[in-house]
Amino acid sequence: MAEPITAIRAHPLAGRVHAGSGVAITLAPEAFRINLRARADALATLSGALSVELATMPGQSVTAGNRLALCLGPDEWLVIDVKNHPLTDLAAVEVLHSAVDVSDRNTAILVSGPSAADVINAGCPRDLSLAAFPVGACARTIFGKVEVVLHRPRATVFRMEVWRSFSDYAFQLLAEAARDQA
Amino acid sequence: MNSQPNRLVGKGRLTPAHKVRFTFDGKSMEGLAGDTLASALIANDIHLVGRSFKYHRPRGIVTAGPEEPNALVGITRDKARHVPNVRATVQELHDGLNATSQNRWPSLAFDVGEVNDLASPFLAAGFYYKTFMWPQAAWAKVYEPFIRHAAGLGTAPTEPDPDAYASRYGHCDVLVCGAGAAGLSAALVAAEAGLSVIICDENPKAGGALRHEADVMIEGIVGWDWAKATLSRLAGLSNVRVLTRTTAFGYQAQNMVSLVERVSEHLTDPSATPVRERLWQVRARHVVMATGAIERHMVFANNDRPGIMLASAARTYLNHYGVAVGRRVGVYTANDSAWAAAFDLKAAGIDIPAIVDARADVPEALVAKAARLDIRVLVGHAVTAAGGKLRVSSMCVARADGTGETEVIPVDAIIMSAGWTPSVHLFSQSRGKLRFETETQRFLPGQHAQDASCAGACNGAADTAGALSQGIAAAEAAIAALNAKGKASTTALTTTGGTSWNGSLIGAAPGAEAGKVVKAFVDYQNDVTAKDIRLAVQEGMHSIEHVKRFTTNGMATDQGKLSNMHGLAIAAEVLGKPIPEVGLTTFRQPYTPVTFGAIVGHARGALFDPTRRTPIHDAHVKAGAVFEDVGQWKRPWYYPRAGEDMHGAVNRECVTVRKTAGLFDASTLGKIEVVGPDAAAFLDLIYTNPFMKLGVGRLRYGIMCREDGFIYDDGVVGRLAEDRFHVTTTTGGAARVLNHMEDYLQTEFPHLDVWLTSVSEQWAVIAVQGPQAAAIVGAHVDGIDMSADAFPMMSVREGRICGVPTRLFRMSFAGEDGFEVNVPADHGRAVWDALMATAEPLGACAYGTEAMHVLRAEKGFIIVGQDTDGTVTPQDAGLAWAIGKNKTDFVGIRGLKRPDLMASGRRQLVGLMSADGSTVLEEGAQLVADPNQKVPMTMIGWVTSSYWSDNAGMPIAMALLENGFARTGEKLYASAAGGAGFVEVIVRDTQFLPTQKTGADHG
Repeated sequence: MAEPITAIRAHPLAGRVHAGSGVAITLAPEAFRINLRARADALATLSGALSVELATMPGQSVTAGNRLALCLGPDEWLVIDVKNHPLTDLAAVEVLHSAVDVSDRNTAILVSGPSAADVINAGCPRDLSLAAFPVGACARTIFGKVEVVLHRPRATVFRMEVWRSFSDYAFQLLAEAARDQA
Repeated sequence: MNSQPNRLVGKGRLTPAHKVRFTFDGKSMEGLAGDTLASALIANDIHLVGRSFKYHRPRGIVTAGPEEPNALVGITRDKARHVPNVRATVQELHDGLNATSQNRWPSLAFDVGEVNDLASPFLAAGFYYKTFMWPQAAWAKVYEPFIRHAAGLGTAPTEPDPDAYASRYGHCDVLVCGAGAAGLSAALVAAEAGLSVIICDENPKAGGALRHEADVMIEGIVGWDWAKATLSRLAGLSNVRVLTRTTAFGYQAQNMVSLVERVSEHLTDPSATPVRERLWQVRARHVVMATGAIERHMVFANNDRPGIMLASAARTYLNHYGVAVGRRVGVYTANDSAWAAAFDLKAAGIDIPAIVDARADVPEALVAKAARLDIRVLVGHAVTAAGGKLRVSSMCVARADGTGETEVIPVDAIIMSAGWTPSVHLFSQSRGKLRFETETQRFLPGQHAQDASCAGACNGAADTAGALSQGIAAAEAAIAALNAKGKASTTALTTTGGTSWNGSLIGAAPGAEAGKVVKAFVDYQNDVTAKDIRLAVQEGMHSIEHVKRFTTNGMATDQGKLSNMHGLAIAAEVLGKPIPEVGLTTFRQPYTPVTFGAIVGHARGALFDPTRRTPIHDAHVKAGAVFEDVGQWKRPWYYPRAGEDMHGAVNRECVTVRKTAGLFDASTLGKIEVVGPDAAAFLDLIYTNPFMKLGVGRLRYGIMCREDGFIYDDGVVGRLAEDRFHVTTTTGGAARVLNHMEDYLQTEFPHLDVWLTSVSEQWAVIAVQGPQAAAIVGAHVDGIDMSADAFPMMSVREGRICGVPTRLFRMSFAGEDGFEVNVPADHGRAVWDALMATAEPLGACAYGTEAMHVLRAEKGFIIVGQDTDGTVTPQDAGLAWAIGKNKTDFVGIRGLKRPDLMASGRRQLVGLMSADGSTVLEEGAQLVADPNQKVPMTMIGWVTSSYWSDNAGMPIAMALLENGFARTGEKLYASAAGGAGFVEVIVRDTQFLPTQKTGADHG
C-alpha cells in the first residue's frame, strides 16, 4: 500500500529573506486559505461557523485568534488560518455559499518596517498612508505586473498574498524596490 | 587665458573657493560648485557651444533654464554612460564632468556642414517634401542616407545602461508643481492648514525667478533667501514631501501627474546612489500649477549668433552665478524686465552701450533710472541685424518704423526680451481650456478640466507680489475644495522691489518683416526662420498644425518653448486672422525629455515580466530538461539524454509513452472551481456540450464558443459533487476563460446561484499516460479503487496519493490509459518524485510539451490556438459531436446558425500525409491544388500542426482546408520550406494511429 511521503509543504519561496534599510521582507508562515463567496443573508450563519464576524465592507478585515477574514468584494472573502482549515468548519453548513480551498494557490510575503509602505508603493498604486489604508485594511490590487491581495496587520507591517508562480517576481520586485531610498 | 575671466568678484551666490574641474571638447576648465555647465562655460568666456541642426550655424547659450534650444551637448561618464542632447543650462557641474559639442565635424569652430547655410535657399521650409521627390530611384540610395545622416543630434550609447531606475506611486492632498514664489506660498499655506503636500521643482533649489530677481524682498528678507528658508521649513513638516531636481512632465486623467526625479545626474560618482532617476506617479486631490513663464527671444536678422541670449538668462548668470555674459552688452527688448537686467549689469560694471526698445512707449520710471545710470536709451527702435559669426560683434540699430539711418554699435553680447510666455504645458495636458488675452497677447489658463489651480507667472501674474498672492489664493481654493479642517496662518506676504514682467511682442521684430530676405530665427533648434513660416502659409498650410509639420517649427527637443508663439503670430499675420482663430498646437508630454530608463523603472531583466514556474520546476531542471516559454510559463520542452538531440529525445519520449508510460507536468493548465446549486446549468450554457446529466464522479471534454460560434477554448470538466465542478482550461486560456465565464455570469446569467474561483495554482497536475499508468499511479493511491470497472476512463475520484489529498482524473490526451493527478501545489514536487521513482524502473520517462503535441496529434486531438484561430467552429474542427443536440441555449448557439457558418465548403480540419512518406511539412505552409498555376496562386488552406511521428513511422500533419472533409484522398501541394517549391501531400483523416478501444478521450 502507498506510503505517505511527507506532510511538509514546500514553500515556493523557501528560505528567501531580504533586509533593506528600514524594511525587512520575509515569508509568512504556511497557512490554510479559502475563498468564500456568499450573499448577505448567509453571513450570520457563516460567521458563526467560522468563529469570525465577516466584515461586510470590501477593504475591511477581521481577525479572531489565528483566523483572518479579508473582505475583498461585496460577496467575497479570503479566510486565512495558520492552524485550522476553515473549510472543515464549513463542511456542515447548509446555507447557500461557495467555499473553495486555495491554501496552496497563494503564498504570503511580509513587508515590515518604517519604509514598508514606500517599498510597496514602488509597484502598487494604492494610497498606503494610514489615513487611507489604516491598520486592518485590505485590498486586491496590483504590484508591478501581478495581482496581489494586500493586508495591513500593523502600522508598519503589510501582508502581501500572491499566487505562488508570481511570488518570485513579487519578492524580487520588493527586494529591488527596497534598495531605493526616497 | 585667465581662469574664469567672466567670473565677477563679489557677485553671485556661489563660493569662489569651491572650485570644480570639467572638460569641454577635451579642454580642461574650472568652474564653481553650484554652476551649471552653461554658467561655467560663460565664466570661461565660451558662448559657442554647438551647431544648428539644418544649417550647421554656430550657436551659443540662449537661456539659463530647461527651455534651452541651442546649447545641447553630450555628457560622457564612461563607455556606457553617454547622454546626448543634454541642455548645458540644466546640467549641474560636477568634478570630472566631460562634455562635448554636437553636430559638428571636424571641429566646433570649423564645421563642414556649414555649407548648408550657404545652400539655404534650397533648404527652405518643406525641403524634405520637395527636394527628395524625384527621381524615385534616388530615394533609397541617395536621399534617405543623406537625410538619415543629417537627422538627429548627438549619438546614443551602444552599451547597456548600467544604472538602475526606480518608480514610486505617491498620493497627496495638494501637489504643487514649481517652487518659485507662487508654488512656495501655495505649498506653505496648504501645509499649514494640515493638508498633505508634495512640492516639486526641476531645479536643484527653490526660488524660480527669484534666482535672477535679486532686488525683491519678501517678508523683509531677500527673495532668494526667503525661498530657501521656506523650502527648508516645508521640508521639516511631516505632511510635506519636497522633491527638487524633479520635473512634472505629464498630467493625466484624475489628477495623476508624472514626475521624474534626477537622483545622481549632478553627482561626481553616479554609483553613490542606488538609482539614477526615480519616476513618481502622483495622484493628488488638488494640483497647483506654479510653472512660471518662459521669456521669448526677439526675432531679428542673425539673432542666433553666439553671445545673444535672453535678458533673464543674463541676469541669472550675473545675480546667481556671478558671471558676466559679456563686457559690452547690448539690450534689445519689448518688455520691462530686460531693463532690470541692463541695470544689474551696469551696476556690476558692465558696459551697456544702449537699451533698444521696440515699443513706442515705455514706463517713465525705467527711462529715468537708465538716465541715472547713464545708459543710452533708444525707444521706438529696433535691432535690425547682429554682426559677427562665431560670436556676436555688433548690433545694427534703426528706428522701428524703418525711417532714418542705421547705426552700428559694437557689442560682445546682446540680451533680449520679447516678453514672457506663460508655461501652460501642464494645464493644457490636464485638458484645461486656454483663453487668449488680447491686451497682453498671451494664452492663459481658462477653465479647468480637473481639480486644479494655476498660480504665478503661468497664470499671468505680472510681478513677484502677484505670484505670491496667487499662490496663497490657489492654496485657499484647495483648502476649501478639500474641506480641510486646519487654517493657514499665512494669509499675505509682503514684498518690496522687483520688476514688472509687462510688455510683449510676438512675431517678427521690425527689420524681419515680410519681404525681407534675412535669417531671423523663430525656432533655433530646427532652424526655422520667420520667412519659412510665411512660405508655409503661402504654400497653403493654413492650419497651425500643418505649418508646424511643414516647417518643423516647435518640433525639436525643446518642443517650441521659445518659438511657438512667434511662429503662431507670424502665421496669423500672413493669414490675416486673429491669433485665437489660427489656434495653438498641442502641448504633449513630456514637458522636457525623459529617459527611457525612468519610464521602464524596475521592469528590466528578471523583472521585465513575471517568469512563472510550476511547483515541479526544479525537478525538471535536475532532469536536464530544455524549457519552452509558453506565455509567462517555463515548461519542460523535452528531456534530452546524453548524445540526444531534440528530435531523438522527442521520438524516444513519444514511443515510451505508448509502449510503457510517461509523466508530464501539466500544472500550468487553467483550473476553475465552479460551485453552487446552478453550477451544472451554468456550464450547460457556457459549453456546447450538455452538462445537466453528467454524473457525479464523471468527466466530460467540453468545447466553449464565443457568441459568434467560433471555438474559444476547450478542456475537461469533472463533476465532484452535485453542486461542485472542477473545470480545466488551456494554459493560455486560464485567465481569459475565467473572465469570459464571469462576464456571462454577471451580465447574462445573474439569476444563477453559482460562483467561480480560480484554482489554477492550487493544484499541481501530473499527467501519467500509457499502458503502465495505472500501475504507477496505483502504487501510491489510498482510498481509490483503481480497477477499470470501479474507476473507468473519464472519471474523477477524490482520495489520497502519497499521503496527500488528490483529485484523480482518469483521462488521456494521448489516447492511452492515463491519469491526471491533481495534488495541492505545495506537495507537487514530492508527488512527482515519488511517481518518477516508481515509473523509471518500469522503463517509463518524463516527457515534455513537444512530445505531448506529437502524441495528441497522432490521435487527431486539436490544440485550441494552434489548430484553431478564432475562425473555426466546432463543426469545422470535426467536433460536431460535442454540440448538445437537444440544447436550446448556450453561448454561440445563435452564431453557429449564421448562414456563412453553416455553408458548405468552409475550411475544415483534416489530416495530411506527405506523399513521399518522409518530408515533415512546415507549420503554416500554404496549400494549393495546382503547383503550376500562375502567381498569385489560389491558396485553399494551410498546415496548422506538423510533426515526425515515430509511433506512426511517418510525418503527420493537420491542416485547415477549404471543403476539407470532402477532399479525403485528394492530392494537394504544400509550399516547402524556404520557398523551395512544393511538397506533394494527400488529404486524410486525423487518426494517424490505429484506434484501439480504450474509451479514451482527451483533455
